[in-house]
Amino acid sequence: MIRLERRPQPSTRWRWLAPVVAVGLTILTGLIIFALLGKDPILGFQVFFVYPLRSLYGVSELLLKATPLALIGMGLAVGFRAGIWNIGAEGQFLFGAVFATGVALYLPSITGLSLVAMVFAGILGGMAWALIPAWLRTRFHTNEILVSLMLVYVAQLFVSWLVFGPWRDPRGFNFPQTEMFDAAWLLPTLLSGSRLNLAFVLTLIVLVIGHILLAKSYYGFSIRVAGESPSAARYAGLSERRNIYAGLLIGGACAGLAGMAEVAGPMGQLTDKASVGYGFAAIIVAFVGRLQPLGIGLAALVMALFFLGGEQAQQYLNLPGSISRVFQGLLLFYLLAADVLVQFRLVRTSPQTKGAL
Amino acid sequence: MKPPVPRLQLQGLTKAYPTLVANDQISLTVEAGEIHAILGENGAGKSTLMKMIYGVTQPTAGQIFWEGTPVSIGSPAIARSLGIGMVFQHFSLFESLTVAENTSLSLGPGHTPSSAANALLQAAARYGLEVQPEKFIHDLSVGERQRVEILRCLLQDPKLLILDEPTSVLPPQAIEGLFAMLRRLASEGCSILYISHKLQEIQVLCDRATILRAGKVVAECRPQEETAASLAALMIGRDTEPLPKRPPAVSTGTVFAAEGLRLISPDPYGTHLDNISFTVPQGKILGIAGVSGNGQRELLWALSGETRCPRPEMLQLDHEPIGHQGPAARRQRGVCVIPEDRLGTGAIPAMTLEENGLLTAVYTQPMVRHGLVDQKATTAFAQECIAQFDVRCSGAQALAGSLSGGNLQKFIVGRELLQTPQLLVCSQPTWGVDVGAAALLRRAIQSLAQQGSAVILISEDLDEILELSDEVAVLFEGKVSAPMPASEASPERVGLLMAGVWQEQPNAGAGTAPLPHSTGKSAQAASP
Repeated sequence: MIRLERRPQPSTRWRWLAPVVAVGLTILTGLIIFALLGKDPILGFQVFFVYPLRSLYGVSELLLKATPLALIGMGLAVGFRAGIWNIGAEGQFLFGAVFATGVALYLPSITGLSLVAMVFAGILGGMAWALIPAWLRTRFHTNEILVSLMLVYVAQLFVSWLVFGPWRDPRGFNFPQTEMFDAAWLLPTLLSGSRLNLAFVLTLIVLVIGHILLAKSYYGFSIRVAGESPSAARYAGLSERRNIYAGLLIGGACAGLAGMAEVAGPMGQLTDKASVGYGFAAIIVAFVGRLQPLGIGLAALVMALFFLGGEQAQQYLNLPGSISRVFQGLLLFYLLAADVLVQFRLVRTSPQTKGAL
Repeated sequence: MKPPVPRLQLQGLTKAYPTLVANDQISLTVEAGEIHAILGENGAGKSTLMKMIYGVTQPTAGQIFWEGTPVSIGSPAIARSLGIGMVFQHFSLFESLTVAENTSLSLGPGHTPSSAANALLQAAARYGLEVQPEKFIHDLSVGERQRVEILRCLLQDPKLLILDEPTSVLPPQAIEGLFAMLRRLASEGCSILYISHKLQEIQVLCDRATILRAGKVVAECRPQEETAASLAALMIGRDTEPLPKRPPAVSTGTVFAAEGLRLISPDPYGTHLDNISFTVPQGKILGIAGVSGNGQRELLWALSGETRCPRPEMLQLDHEPIGHQGPAARRQRGVCVIPEDRLGTGAIPAMTLEENGLLTAVYTQPMVRHGLVDQKATTAFAQECIAQFDVRCSGAQALAGSLSGGNLQKFIVGRELLQTPQLLVCSQPTWGVDVGAAALLRRAIQSLAQQGSAVILISEDLDEILELSDEVAVLFEGKVSAPMPASEASPERVGLLMAGVWQEQPNAGAGTAPLPHSTGKSAQAASP
C-alpha cells in the first residue's frame, strides 16, 4: 500500500523537479499518442523535438517563439504571485499590437524615435486593456478571472473589425490585414537571414528586471505577502488596491510589449491572426517556470518547441496542427499532478502497523 | 467479575519525525467517565499525541487499545466511528460556510444543514450553550467558533472527547458553564481528555493528570493532591518564579487618546464601536477585558488603522490626530500591533522568520535601501528576535509555519517589541501559549511599559488583564467602560461589567461611561 503523507515543509527539490518530470511525462505520452495514431513514435519524436533544432535558423525560430511566451509569462508571474489571476493576457497582447500598429500607421516615422514610440504604445495598449478588470475589481469587487478572460474575446473581435474595416490594406486583395509597415517601424533583426529580433534582447532585460523585482526588492516581497495572505497584508499596512492595480498592469504591460514585438517583428503588419494563443500558453509557461524568471525562460523554450514541433508534425507526419495544443494541455496536466509531491510524499504503509480495523 | 475495561489505553506510543521524536514511548490509560488531563509545556508533544488518538497522524510504534481491543486509527473518520470526538486548538471549520453547514459536513451523508441546525439547537439547549446555526463561521469570534466545535462533537454522542486548550477564549462565567457541562458528560460515562496548561483549571476539573515533558511521560498524578507550584515544576522541570511586582512607572503625560470613537463595523454581523473614549498615559498598561464578540476585532482594527476612522481626531497620538491614517503611517509614528490571529495575520506560515520580521519591522528599521531588501539587516533582526525572546526554531530561515504556536507568538511579540513602539496594541497575546512562554511574553510587555511605552491590552483572559494592567476597562456591545485603577478591579466587579451590568457611572478617566442598551444582539454573548 502506498499513500500520500503531508511533508513537514514543502519540498524545494520537488518544486523544481516537478516541471522536469512533467515535461518527461508529456513527451512519453506524446510518443504513445503518435503510436496510437499509427505513426512511428521514434520518427515522431525526431520530427517534433529534433527537426526544429537541426539548424541555426531552427534555433533562431525557437528563440523567436519563446520571446513572447517568456515576456508574457514574466508579467503574469508578478500578478500570480500577488494573488491576482489575470487570464486575459491574450487580449492585452492584442491591444498592445493594436496600439503599436496605430502608431506605425498614423505617425510620421523619425529614425530611432519611431520604435521607441511603438514600444511605449504597445505597453500602454496592454496596460489599458488590463486596467479594465483592475478598476472593476477595486470599484465593484468583480472577479478579475472572468472579466479579463471575457475581454480577450472583445479584443479579438475588435482586431477583426479593424483589419476587415478601417485599417484594411486597400491593395491587400481584400485580405484581413493592414499595410506592411515601413522598415523604420520594424524591430532590427539580430542574425542575418533569421527573424530573431531586438525583442529577444528586450525580453532578457525584462527577465533580469523581473528577477531583481521578485527576489530582491521590497516591492516583490510585498506582492508575495499579498498573495500568501490578504489579512497579513492588511495588518502590515499594504494597500490592497495598489496590489490589484500593479498585479494587473504589470502583466498587461508585458503582454502589450509582446504584442508590439509580434507586429513589429515577424509579422510586419496587423492581421486577424496576430496571436496564435501566446497569451494562454504563457499562463502555463509561468506556472511550469515556478513563477521565477529563470524557470520562465526555460519553460518558454519548451513551450516554443511544442509550437514548432506542432508545425513540423503537420508537415512531415500529416498530423493536425492542434497536436501542439494537446502537448500544452498534457504539460499543464502533468505539472499539476507532479506538484502534489511538493506538499506531500509517498510512503509505503507496512502491514505490521495495521491493526484490527 | 473481571475489572472494567479501560476506555482507552496507549502502550509505548511513539511518533518519530525525520528531525525529532515528538512522542517517545507514551503509555496511559483513560477509564470510562474519567476526566483526564494532559499537561505539558509548549512543544512537549501534547498535540501530536492527541492527533494520533484522533487518527490525524499514525504512530511509528506502539499500540492503541480502544475498550480493550487493539485498533489502528487510520483517519479521523475512523476515530469518530469509534466514538472519539476532538475540539482542536486551531479550529477545523470552513469559514465560508454557515454553522449548520459545517455541522452537517462533519455528521456525514444523510444530514442536511437544516437537520443539523435542529440537532445543534437541541444540544445547545441541553447543555445551556448559545448557538446561531445560520451564521457564517467567518463572522464568529474565536469564542463563538469554539462553542460550535464543541457542540458539533457532542452531536455524535462521543465516548471520548478530546479538548485542546478549551478555556483560553472563554470569560469566567462561561468557563464555569463549560466545566459543568464536562462534568455532566463525564457522569453520563463519556471520558474526557483535557489538554491545558492552566493548572488551577486542571485541579478543579480533572480526576487524573498525565504530565508530558519533551515527548515523554514524566509523571502521573491526581491534580487535587498537588499544588499549582508542584504541577508547574513537574511540567517544566524546574520551579517557576512569579511575575515580579514592578514599581509604578512615572507617567509624564498622555501618549494615546481615543475620543468619541464611533465606527460602523465593515462586517455586516460585526459589532459597531460606540462612543469609545479613554486615554493611555506613557508607561501604563490599559487592559480592556470583555467576552469575545463584543467588538474586540473592530477595536483592534480601529486602533491598528486597518479600518480608518470617520474623523481623524477620534484617535490621537501625542495630541496629533491619527484616526485617518492607515497601518503603515501609524507604524511609522510608532504604533505597533500584535493581532489575535498569529498564523495568517501576524505571520505568514509559508515565509521564513526573516521575511516575517520584515513584514512590520520595515516601517521602523533600516531594512530597505533603494527599494531593495537589505538581506543582512533582515537576518540580523530575526536573529536578535530569536535570541532575545527564546524562540525555539532552526534559525532565521525557518518557515513560520514550522514553529509551534508558542514559539511563533514569541517571535511575533518580539518583532513588535524590538521596535520599541510608543504605543503597543495587543490582542490575546498569550492565547493558547504554555505557562513558560506566557510568563516570558507578559514580562516582556511589562518591561516595555516600564521603558515608557503606552500599552493597550485587549484580552478575553481576565487573569491576564488583572495581572498586567494598571487600569482596567471593559468592552461590551462595542462600548468601553471608564477605566478603573487595577487596585479597584476585582474579578467580581469586572466580571459584572463583562456581563453587561453597568449601573455605576464612574468618573475616573477621561471618558464617560455610556450605559449599554438593555436590548441588543450581544446579550447572547454574555449569557453563560
